Amino acid sequence: MTDGSARFSSPDDIAARLSGVGYLADSDIATAVYLADRLEKPVLVEGPAGTGKTELAKSVATALGSRLIRLQCYEGLDEAKVLYEWNYRKQLLRIQVERTSREEEASDWRDIEADIFSEEFLLERPLLQAIRAPDPVVLLVDEIDRVEIETEALLLEVLSDYQVSIPELGTVRAKQIPLVFLTSNGTRELSEALKRRCLYLYLDFPSLERERAIVIERVPGIAGDLADEIVRVVRLLRGLDLKKHPSISETLDWARTLVLLGVEHADAETTSETLNLLLKFKADIDVASKELATLSRS
Amino acid sequence: MLDLLEDFLAELRAGGLPVAVREAIDAAEAVREIGFRDRDSLRSALAATLVKSPDHRALFLSSFEIYFSPRRLGTGTAEVSSEDLPGSAPGGPGGEEREGAGSAIDPAELGEIARDALRSGQLAALETTARLAVAFYAGIEASRPVGVSYYLHRTLRALELDTLVTNVLAEGPDGGSGADPLGERLRAEEITARAARLRDLVEAEIRRLLVEAKGAAWVGRSLRRPLIDDIDFVAATREELAEMRRAIDPLARVLASRLARRRRHRRRGPLDFRATIRRSLSTGGVPLEPRFKPPHPSRPEIFVLADVSGSVAAFARFTVHLVYAISAQFSKVRSAVFIDDVDEVTDLFRSGSLAEAIERIASEAHVVSGDGHSDYGAALRGFAARYANELNGRTNLIILGDARNNYHLAEAAILADLQKRAHRVLWLNPEPRAYWGSGDSIIEVYAPYCDGVFECRNLGQLKAFVDELV
Repeated sequence: MTDGSARFSSPDDIAARLSGVGYLADSDIATAVYLADRLEKPVLVEGPAGTGKTELAKSVATALGSRLIRLQCYEGLDEAKVLYEWNYRKQLLRIQVERTSREEEASDWRDIEADIFSEEFLLERPLLQAIRAPDPVVLLVDEIDRVEIETEALLLEVLSDYQVSIPELGTVRAKQIPLVFLTSNGTRELSEALKRRCLYLYLDFPSLERERAIVIERVPGIAGDLADEIVRVVRLLRGLDLKKHPSISETLDWARTLVLLGVEHADAETTSETLNLLLKFKADIDVASKELATLSRS
Repeated sequence: MLDLLEDFLAELRAGGLPVAVREAIDAAEAVREIGFRDRDSLRSALAATLVKSPDHRALFLSSFEIYFSPRRLGTGTAEVSSEDLPGSAPGGPGGEEREGAGSAIDPAELGEIARDALRSGQLAALETTARLAVAFYAGIEASRPVGVSYYLHRTLRALELDTLVTNVLAEGPDGGSGADPLGERLRAEEITARAARLRDLVEAEIRRLLVEAKGAAWVGRSLRRPLIDDIDFVAATREELAEMRRAIDPLARVLASRLARRRRHRRRGPLDFRATIRRSLSTGGVPLEPRFKPPHPSRPEIFVLADVSGSVAAFARFTVHLVYAISAQFSKVRSAVFIDDVDEVTDLFRSGSLAEAIERIASEAHVVSGDGHSDYGAALRGFAARYANELNGRTNLIILGDARNNYHLAEAAILADLQKRAHRVLWLNPEPRAYWGSGDSIIEVYAPYCDGVFECRNLGQLKAFVDELV
């Protein structure tokens, strides 16, 4: 199972290379990516929105210098959009050219058929692309919880054997096993079969220390003290009863804004003025403002 | 080591975490790749292969601590292994010069050490405190059949952790620039987090000592707690209730999106005769392909009638919360609550947050006019008098309660009348089915006039019910 083609030498290696491209991985993340490579299994990444699920796949691709093939899922996604499709127009054109060029001699249908169902007329979709790629690619299947059960089953089938059969061309086997990331926002429960087949990584809001490190890494020119205050305020907000808690990306937006505004100290006033960067629901902003207002009064 | 993994898997299964054979094999392969050397990586590897839902993580972590303690893995540091058996001389090595080896330190001193640890927040200091506190206060005896929570409670009470936190908070920030109230609040938050950390460390220490004294399997058994979906509404502790409350919003989101999806994808509506004939013209008048009208999106109306008396209040609160959280899936949601009198509370939900509204039910709804014990007969009478005319063929009347009527009149005839008016009458009972009909429970009297009576004791059953409803 593990030949010389392993992408990483150890979980630490992954953490180091990911931090080289600006993604701070903790033990869970690094180990899951490492095992995905070693055991040749897809990683199912779940967690609240904005905790860096998609970013993880992108960063792994960048760290490896591999191509990232992305399949964005949505309701109604079907086989033709996931695997492959025949280029119908081009085929039609081809047949017409055949007719006009060889008017007199009756052309053999079998020849035409072999001709129009060849590579030239095949439209590769992300999954087939990832499987046929000669280079070690990273495949990202984003928001898999949005597709129907049938499409999920199709994905599962392809990702467990890494092969696709196209009736006209035969079976296509993977030349290399791509590193696969599936992300889900948990809007529906994924099938047990899919979960069994995958490694599972739950990305929650990071610990105080890790979030601080992320802010310092991602926001150029931020002072350590300000970063400290920012992550603490965010933790305070996450402790409130809100519809949607601020995610890492919102923390970063906020931090960047404060740096741009030249703020040195995130006090109650600045925070309540810039709350709309952290919270995206009016009701949430009201709750948080009320909380901050009681603080300034006391 | 493989035996250890096997025991661990058995423990997870016993705790209610489903581990498929495939996953067990994956775990073994992952362990082969990672090895037992690095405990963090090992934990991550096992989590990635075995834990497929965030709900199961807590169980996994506590079992992992029991089965893969540093000492059992053989990676224990000298510091840990130099510590001796429980019950012997208090005090770990920790590097504290104040305590002489073997001599007991007094509580004031330990309190000072703990305060220092809370002030600095350094892990090493917190660990030392935890170790000392456990050695000093827990008094672990291998012969006693009590578990981790007993010793934890005992240690924390003796340590007076809450008082310590209050003390440290009262001191004010060490820097001096404590003018900013937000800064002050953040500091409070931080100290509380450190205290929670200390509590976890104490728990870990007790667990470690108990595992040494009584074996991993025993400790695993004593720590086993039901998963959040299986906790009984009526018997839940305060922490469990809080945890369930947190679980209900994500649950509502999942349910709502699933229901919306199902509605959209429900098969077609009735045959569209006109379109079918029109289409048949292209096949010489033979209707090869029937056409259907788009489905008519009929959303059910919900009327919740909930018993909010002490015995079942928690259950009613959860159910009402969940129903309102997915109210977009229904065309109309109304609710009334009762104890021995009934009052509509729909308006409370119009403004403000859900949690707030549910709190206000208790104080603002007029639900008691008699002796303050549940009276289903009176409630039905009141309900029928006021709202019977507003029930129609699309209304689902959902009654929440244990039907323990305190020997009042049942008034089942009124329920029969309500059933005729409404689309369906559904009854959710938070009591175990085995108790139905015992004592003053008259659920059997009402059951013939309900379209369904469901046992609904935990989140899992509630989830299944709501799923059925649409």
